[in-house]
Amino acid sequence: MKAIQKIGLGIFLVGLGVFISLIFLGSYKVTSTGFEKFIADKGIKSELFINQIKKTVVDKEITNPFEFSSKVTSALNSANETHKKNSEWEKVIWDKPHSFSYQLAKEFGAGIVKENKGLFWWLTFGLGIIGALLFIIPNVILLGPKGIKNNGIFHSVATNGRSWLGWLVFVFLVSFYLLLYFAPDIIVNWTYVVDPISQSLSGGLASQWFLYGFLYCSVMTVMAVRMYIKYRHNKYQILRTTSVLFFQIVFAFLIPEILVRFEKPWYDFKNAFPLDYDFFFKWNLDELLASGGFGLFILIWGIVLTLVIVPIMVYFFGKRWYCSWVCGCGGLAETLGDPYRQLSNKSLKSWKFERWIIHSVLIFALIMTGFTLYAYFSGSQEVLGIKVQTIQDIYGFLIGAIFAGVIGTGFYPIFGNRVWCRFGCPLAAYMGIVQRFKSRFRITTNGGQCISCGNCSTYCEQGIDVRAYAQKGENIVRASCVGCGICSAVCPRGVLKLENGPENGRINPNDILLGNDVDLMALINKK
Amino acid sequence: MEHIVIIGNGISGVTTARHIRKLSNHKITIISAETEFFFSRTALMYVYMGHLKFEHTQPYENWFWKKNNIELKQAFVEKVNSEEKQLVFSNGETMNYDKLVIATGSKPNKFGWPGQDLEAVMGMYHKQDLENLEKYAPNNKICKRAVIVGGGLIGIEMAEMLRSRDIPVTFLVRESSFWNGVLPAEESEMINRHIKEHHIDLRLNCNLKEILSDENGKARAIIIAETSEEIPCDVVGLTAGVSPNISFLKDSGIELGRGVKVNHFLETNLKDIYAIGDCAEQHEAIDERRPIEAVWYTGRMMGETLAQTICGNRTEYKPGHWFNSAKFLDLEYQTYGWVWAQPKENEARFYWEHSDGKKCIHINYDKNTHEFIGINTFGIRMRHEFFDRTLNNKQSVEYVLEHLADANFDPEFYKLHEKEIVSKFNKENNTNIQLKKKSWTRIFNLQA
Repeated sequence: MKAIQKIGLGIFLVGLGVFISLIFLGSYKVTSTGFEKFIADKGIKSELFINQIKKTVVDKEITNPFEFSSKVTSALNSANETHKKNSEWEKVIWDKPHSFSYQLAKEFGAGIVKENKGLFWWLTFGLGIIGALLFIIPNVILLGPKGIKNNGIFHSVATNGRSWLGWLVFVFLVSFYLLLYFAPDIIVNWTYVVDPISQSLSGGLASQWFLYGFLYCSVMTVMAVRMYIKYRHNKYQILRTTSVLFFQIVFAFLIPEILVRFEKPWYDFKNAFPLDYDFFFKWNLDELLASGGFGLFILIWGIVLTLVIVPIMVYFFGKRWYCSWVCGCGGLAETLGDPYRQLSNKSLKSWKFERWIIHSVLIFALIMTGFTLYAYFSGSQEVLGIKVQTIQDIYGFLIGAIFAGVIGTGFYPIFGNRVWCRFGCPLAAYMGIVQRFKSRFRITTNGGQCISCGNCSTYCEQGIDVRAYAQKGENIVRASCVGCGICSAVCPRGVLKLENGPENGRINPNDILLGNDVDLMALINKK
Repeated sequence: MEHIVIIGNGISGVTTARHIRKLSNHKITIISAETEFFFSRTALMYVYMGHLKFEHTQPYENWFWKKNNIELKQAFVEKVNSEEKQLVFSNGETMNYDKLVIATGSKPNKFGWPGQDLEAVMGMYHKQDLENLEKYAPNNKICKRAVIVGGGLIGIEMAEMLRSRDIPVTFLVRESSFWNGVLPAEESEMINRHIKEHHIDLRLNCNLKEILSDENGKARAIIIAETSEEIPCDVVGLTAGVSPNISFLKDSGIELGRGVKVNHFLETNLKDIYAIGDCAEQHEAIDERRPIEAVWYTGRMMGETLAQTICGNRTEYKPGHWFNSAKFLDLEYQTYGWVWAQPKENEARFYWEHSDGKKCIHINYDKNTHEFIGINTFGIRMRHEFFDRTLNNKQSVEYVLEHLADANFDPEFYKLHEKEIVSKFNKENNTNIQLKKKSWTRIFNLQA
């Protein structure tokens, strides 16, 4: 069994190696006729740019994606600079340089990967998935009888935090997200291998976002298998994992792609504002309003989801219904991120930091949206002298890309798997306020059974010091709790249970725990 | 403002200190030779197993003590000079106190076995034992086999620890079945099976004769008394119970038995000296409890109580109904009320076991009045509050069965076995108990 795992790990690493090397495997050949057509389609009027590209790129074979990227983006930037200086606004190319370069690269990429999409799918995704499963599935036997098997988590370089391997994974994930968000032209070859899948779903070629969506679903599926095996004694975990997997694959991936096929707007029906921060952006509202009844339905659904469904569900079930049963970010955290949950910081300091930063993000999101809507209805570009576009760009860059993606996932192996959900997600902040003050959800502490062992706190991905409550016999009612249920699972004494019950008595601070003299309890605990 | 000195930074001593701080501005000093900060002794096993780091076993962050004005002193108390109200430390320093709380816990039992003080022979109680085990049993190449002597809670935990690193374990248990002095035969047998399922070489009815030494004074094998079999091993765990850690009090004038003798107010024979936790021995046992209770929560409750007395509200230690819990490898165990290994004369039993052999409940009740006396559960979590109230109200066994859904504390979506349990009882006793649906109103006692 261990040999199978080693083989699996080997196959996985080969797949990963091929995946990384794909970046360097292609070449780009922009033909002059093709380029003429491209600029005609895009309506490019900048002769500066066209000439520069003709000189440096057209009819040349470029084998280095970084060279291609830099030639195109520098041509675009310098042309734009000149046009702006000369106020030749109609000649400025408004696309983001790397997105523009991506389009060109996607169209004129050539070479072995583009010619063998299926083969390279197998060599990357195929080997990765098969290898990972071979590594994971033998655990059915290796883990022994059903139960909590956290043996060696803090002894392993893979999971004990700031080890060399932790930092290596960190560097990989951060690089991946930086390329994905800021330099998609470098990873064009990755998108080729998923083109056939994209074409069968939406009919179009794969963008970097399709690649990301497909990779996301693949990773979650494989790591969900790991969850099923690890927690096979725990039905709550099994159902929860199935639920996040379902919502990711069907709602975040399949339905939006199929909508596109039917020429409807790409929309993820479960992605609620303000996590879906650009829902009220002008381009989205315009697109929705332009797509007739269906667009209007999405618009109304989005508003009702945030204002009605989310708070009502949080009242009855706690924010867990979203964060660890539905959400895509939560879904990745609960599958790919599960091996890192013990790395979250439990100190009081980190709790204070968390409350400041997550509520700041919520306020930022609301102010940005307020500005956006004001601008939309008033028709102006500015609010209080600030350009709405600028504030949207800042939010998109800092929160949407850097915080949610680069930091949120990149820091899994360093700060645990819920960095974004705990510190950054504005929707989590909103639901947290409801959960803390108006909800039936709590984690019940079972009388006086706690022995302060610390497993609950250690394995809380949200950094809640669960033990601090349990050892006082007090229920856990915290804004940040996503109800993953792992504290209850790892408790060796059966102390914790996630429940939805009457609000009355939900918060029950005690000085003396159940089991002691009733008179003493009455004396001390009366408030 | 008095100076309250607490010897021992375990759960008893620390709880006392915390509650005194809530109630007063007395000067508080906690003394420990073992560690600087309070940690959960019950969690030491998880550090070796890699579930936790040692820092995770510390329930309070390090700044907590200063912020709450509780002084910590790392030193070993050699002598208590009660006439001068003074402690003498092993380095010769002294410290004066106004009130003294002895909360020094236990130490592992050794029964004079030959070789019991060899290297690589250890208990599993102190932080130093953990360090020792890490030294002598870091992996299964250095430790090719370990022998554990004594079939109690610490013994099975130590076996679990060693198995987590794939170290072969031989487990010597004096009794004819694991922990059958405490558990009824059915539960005990269930654990026997589970121990073997974890590939632990369980030897029932086996006593240790001696531990053999290699040329360097380190254990190399043990010999079983009954069979004279020699079992080569690299580590020997001595887990045959614990006893109060009070040898430093020999000449203090404090009355000692097996532990520090106390009355129900946790007072010793000397004024202003108290003893709590594992090291305290009641002159007269309370209810059906043992005079010395080495249990986490009783230490905590004694601390809660004693803080009242020290702060001027003299309070008797009156623990409520007995409860406890443990985990045997993967089997969770909870108990509320009393279920003795052998039924007493007036007692009847009801036992249900799941077909997978890993879940059971065992109810003890009065044959004549049907009053509920206690329950053991394996693999099913139960609500402490429910059984505490059931025992307070002297409810019947029928009441308990009717309300099993209220009592259940398993995570959501778990398969519940209440119907099966109730129907088995009905069949065996010719009754017609109907299971009631779970009711929040009853669980939270909202009507009362």
